[in-house]
Amino acid sequence: MSSPIIEINNLSKKFVLSHEGGSRNKTFREVLTDKAAFWNRKRSSGASEDFWALKDVSFTVNPGDRVGIIGRNGAGKSTLLKILSRITEPSMGEICIKGRVASLLEVGTGFHPELTGRENIFLNGAILGMSRMEIKSKFDEIVAFAETERFLDTPVKRYSSGMYVRLAFAVAAHLDPEILVVDEVLAVGDAQFQKKCLGKMQDVSQSEGRTVLFVSHQLGMVKTLCDKGIVLQKGQVAFSGTSSASIDYYINNSLEKNNETECFFAEDTSLNAQIISCKLTNTANEGQLRFDVFEQIYLQVTYVVRKPLSGMNICYALDKNAETIGYSFDTDFNESLLSQRDPGVYTFRVKLPHPLKAGQYQISTLSLGIVNLGAFNVEQNVFSFEVVEESFDPTYKSFSSNRDGMMVFNNEWEQLSYNAYE
Amino acid sequence: MQTEEIVIRPGLSEKNYWKDLWRYRELFYILSWRDIKVRYKQTVVGAAWSIIRPVITAVIFTILFSKVAKLDNPGVAPYALMVFAGLLPWQFFANALSESSNSLVGNSNLITKVYFPRMIVPASSVITSLVDFAISFGIFLVMLVWFQFLPPIQVLALPLFILLAFLCAVGIGLYLTALNVKYRDFKYIIPFIVQFGLYITPIGFSSSVIPEKWRIIYAFNPMVGIIDGFRWCLLGDPFNPVSLGISIAITVMALLIGIRYFRKVEKTFADNI
Repeated sequence: MSSPIIEINNLSKKFVLSHEGGSRNKTFREVLTDKAAFWNRKRSSGASEDFWALKDVSFTVNPGDRVGIIGRNGAGKSTLLKILSRITEPSMGEICIKGRVASLLEVGTGFHPELTGRENIFLNGAILGMSRMEIKSKFDEIVAFAETERFLDTPVKRYSSGMYVRLAFAVAAHLDPEILVVDEVLAVGDAQFQKKCLGKMQDVSQSEGRTVLFVSHQLGMVKTLCDKGIVLQKGQVAFSGTSSASIDYYINNSLEKNNETECFFAEDTSLNAQIISCKLTNTANEGQLRFDVFEQIYLQVTYVVRKPLSGMNICYALDKNAETIGYSFDTDFNESLLSQRDPGVYTFRVKLPHPLKAGQYQISTLSLGIVNLGAFNVEQNVFSFEVVEESFDPTYKSFSSNRDGMMVFNNEWEQLSYNAYE
Repeated sequence: MQTEEIVIRPGLSEKNYWKDLWRYRELFYILSWRDIKVRYKQTVVGAAWSIIRPVITAVIFTILFSKVAKLDNPGVAPYALMVFAGLLPWQFFANALSESSNSLVGNSNLITKVYFPRMIVPASSVITSLVDFAISFGIFLVMLVWFQFLPPIQVLALPLFILLAFLCAVGIGLYLTALNVKYRDFKYIIPFIVQFGLYITPIGFSSSVIPEKWRIIYAFNPMVGIIDGFRWCLLGDPFNPVSLGISIAITVMALLIGIRYFRKVEKTFADNI
């Protein structure tokens, strides 16, 4: 086995957070007053606090590895990539890299809106570290990949955003350094183009044996593209191994098994009936806030009835991106409930619509009401939960979260006939 | 392809800095080219602005200083030529200073997303000003023909003075641009320096107008020596070794301090910008 291409030893990065009015760009006056305060042996300008974006991170990458770096927001992924691409300096530790690094932290870095597509290819290429000759020799390939031949001499400010992204990615996709560092950039553009980019990345890494470091929130993409994985948690390496083992680790450990899967409400005895608690669970009745697209989600509600009530129902509303998808009443398919409810504590469980397309959902309303009179006990924004694409690679699926559409059609295509050509 | 090893460690000033700078020269060219190309986009008269601005300034200064203030012209050349010969390096210096000091902040999207030796950005913006300088110089040549004035033989030394002006602008520019990343006050200080400098620098008048005993102190404005030099080359005004010497000394110092400071804070640009 050859020696590692990247060796990271005890890498740490510290930021100083200052808690004073937000602005990070000090003015001269502040500096002067700070200095003066220092001489007076007292600090005037608020508290500051060290924040370790990365702490004691060590790992090695072998040539040809495709490493997916996963972690929650703020786990230090982007900081790590920035240090690797020499944009910012570590506070401690050391990295040894054997080879040329090209980093793609953003699509279209340095694109100038006034310049034409052709000019921007050269500009962006140079910024990403390609030589003029290199760009020239790949120019036709880049243009063909971006599918923007007709607009080569149009300023990019007149491009549609899709064209812009395509052109930008096309340039980046034709870099060929020994090490490619990619941050989340594939999350742009339409699904078809994304697939094309992913294919290109696979080509680059697999057939040409390049080393790739890839950060993405789309675990399915990490699974497809990478063979190794590293899980970062609060600036530290929590797990490293194969990409699927890392993804499993991430799902089971890094995402908080939140105790907030259950909600309790303060008792108000003036109400004739009241919701006491509710819970979001999986099939096994375990509280959970993150589900796979094909996982059945349950909402469990406990309420108390203090006086016999008739005409009461219980209702929940499901929202996606602050828009209500629908409501459900417990009386919808069981009208006998309308007649009378006796005092006591009730617990119900309801299946949420299934399957749900990946995304962020909320149980935006949970309420008790009397038919035709309205709700008398309303709880809002009870749960926020996430539906993710874990059990499958979304790339070729109709219901991939990158594709337009609101629903997962749980369709099976039935073959009715087949006649072979003679 | 030979593999090179890169070591990243805090505070490690890369040994390869200057080599890197050379390797990224294409980026330097292309950024300069971009700045020039984009400069007068969406303006009606376009590049004519590089002609209109110096010409109008020269006309106003000639009227103001020769006709209204009635200052002496010790040389043999017409007053308008003297003003323009002073305006040439000054406008270059002033443009270079304002362009370079805003360059890093203006290119923050690059700074936070890609690595390259940061010095390329302010340096390439100084090149843009050099293009304006070339255009102004063209106007000066036209004026020479108009006034039927033939520059003396020492005009051959002019490139040296252009170089001096360039280095002086780069030195001060590097220092200011690095400061501007952290302290945005400089966004307001620089236009002020430039505006103020226009009056305390011998542009509309000759430096010989300054009383003898103040001349040495006056020459601590590095542009004094450079403008004296320009007038010596172009118009045959008397050679002034004192102001030139001080100007060279200050330029060297500005370069050293500018580069040192820039290198020191360069690595924190991405965090501070």
